[in-house]
Amino acid sequence: MLAFGMPAAFTREDVAKIAALANLELEPAEMDLFARQLGDILSYAEEVQQVDTAGVPPTASVLPRHSADRPDEVRPSLDRDEALANGPDAALDAGFFKVPRVIG
Amino acid sequence: MTIREVRESIRTGARSAVEVCRDALARIEALDPQLHAFNTVVADRALARAGAIDREPERWRDAPLAGVPVALKDNLSTRGIRTTASSRILETYVPPYDATVVTRLEAAGAVIVGKTNCDEFAMGSSNENSAFGPAKNPWALDRTPGGSSGGSAAAVAARLAPLALGSDTGGSIRQPAALCGVVGLKPTYGRVSRYGLLAFGSSLDQIGPLTGTVHDAAVALNVLAGADPQDATSVPEPVPDYTTALTGDVRGTRVGVPRALLAQGVDAGVSRALDVALDTLRSLGAILVDVALPHASHAIPVYYLVATAEASSNLARYDGVRYGFRARPDPGRSEELRTMYARTRAQGFGAEVKRRIMLGTYVLSAGYYDAYYLKAQQVRTLILRDYEQAFTQREAVDVIAMPTSPTPAFRIGERVEDPLQMYLADVFTVSANLAGLPAISVPCGFTADRLPIGLQLTGRRFDEATLLRVADAYERETAWSKQPPPILSR
Repeated sequence: MLAFGMPAAFTREDVAKIAALANLELEPAEMDLFARQLGDILSYAEEVQQVDTAGVPPTASVLPRHSADRPDEVRPSLDRDEALANGPDAALDAGFFKVPRVIG
Repeated sequence: MTIREVRESIRTGARSAVEVCRDALARIEALDPQLHAFNTVVADRALARAGAIDREPERWRDAPLAGVPVALKDNLSTRGIRTTASSRILETYVPPYDATVVTRLEAAGAVIVGKTNCDEFAMGSSNENSAFGPAKNPWALDRTPGGSSGGSAAAVAARLAPLALGSDTGGSIRQPAALCGVVGLKPTYGRVSRYGLLAFGSSLDQIGPLTGTVHDAAVALNVLAGADPQDATSVPEPVPDYTTALTGDVRGTRVGVPRALLAQGVDAGVSRALDVALDTLRSLGAILVDVALPHASHAIPVYYLVATAEASSNLARYDGVRYGFRARPDPGRSEELRTMYARTRAQGFGAEVKRRIMLGTYVLSAGYYDAYYLKAQQVRTLILRDYEQAFTQREAVDVIAMPTSPTPAFRIGERVEDPLQMYLADVFTVSANLAGLPAISVPCGFTADRLPIGLQLTGRRFDEATLLRVADAYERETAWSKQPPPILSR
């Protein structure tokens, strides 16, 4: 009934691919554990495939669409030092967050 | 003491706000080493604030929470007070601003005593996913207080504070309230501003109160509810005075019971307590009606597909750049940006958070989006329609009753090996989040071994007044919440 097959089980390679997408560096033991647990959870979740949803619109939010527009006016906001205060290695004087070098 | 009693004693001059605050802090000091309900206690700040209230009695005379000690779940931003979400990744994070609910509480005179323990980023049903160790259930210290707002529920149950705030994405206020024998209210989606709540599932999250009585929940909701320009999902519905809804009268109120949904998987003691509670409501004049919620049985998979998808996106911001923790590179090696992100997150997040980020990333990824995420959103529509029908069809009901949790508090460690088993415990709570409806858990008795049981009532959108009226009428008749947990008599 499905246009494509669900993965019956997760391999360590599948888990590595998802972890890369999610920016997570996993230990080998975690890879094995998650392969098993994600497989279990998804095979349980597959019961939703049995529900007839022909013509049913998806619900992304229960709120009726409403406008949240406001006038585009300058208002007080966080001061720069406060915004940087929790950044590891932030350069307070220059006003920057710092990250490892990205360009050679 | 309840909020009502604290207010009464301060208003009449029987006690000062500082005395009330000292008592709360002394109880925390005496009991929290066993309960671990708090991640952070701010004793000096609380006493200073209570002192300021005592110095200006005229200004605070009519403030609804003046001098009332309040505990905040540690995923609510507090300016100048560490806010960790019980995660290593935010262990040292100090927000530069207050959540709107915090601003509202303080404007009403509340005295913040500390930040409560919870499952990491509110992901869990037992508090065992806290990076700092689980909170304990005041009714049985070897059992979980439930989750994710377990510290908030334990704090109110052990009388450490008469009011605590929690957040509820799939039951995280109501389930711990049930397991600890207190009242927990999840308001309608959009009723309370979420500005400053550390986001988990943005289409589901809602902030609400945990209290000793239904009356106190109404007082708290009066303060918390209302639109906020800082939260575009808050709704400009009028806010009634919820305490005026507490008439004690449920004659003619129609209470729906989804019998088919309750047919299996419910602990025998919980089942019996529900039946007795329903009889009590009937004896007070309520009319019991069978309702069909044919899609509610799919709520758990739908919830875990939708909530993890949203979480994987919301938690992408914790990358070692702007908040607290950053992993250090191996000595002598320069590091790439992506490696820094991945290591920071690997070291900063616990297992359940990683699991949910992985699941959410997967269901949103190319090739699986339609099969899982879109499909789940379609079934979500069907779940929502079931409730709409129950509340509006010809035989419409005013509230729907079921147990809050299928079981009483379980032992710490009992379910940690099996995440799926843990998820199944949310069977009765997740639907209200998926449908955006208000729901309350009120104590409805005890199992044979003296563990609290909760009755859950779900209502129409923005009709918290009816929920509170029915719960209050039930509570007046039964007063389960007057029974103290054993930790208080040691």
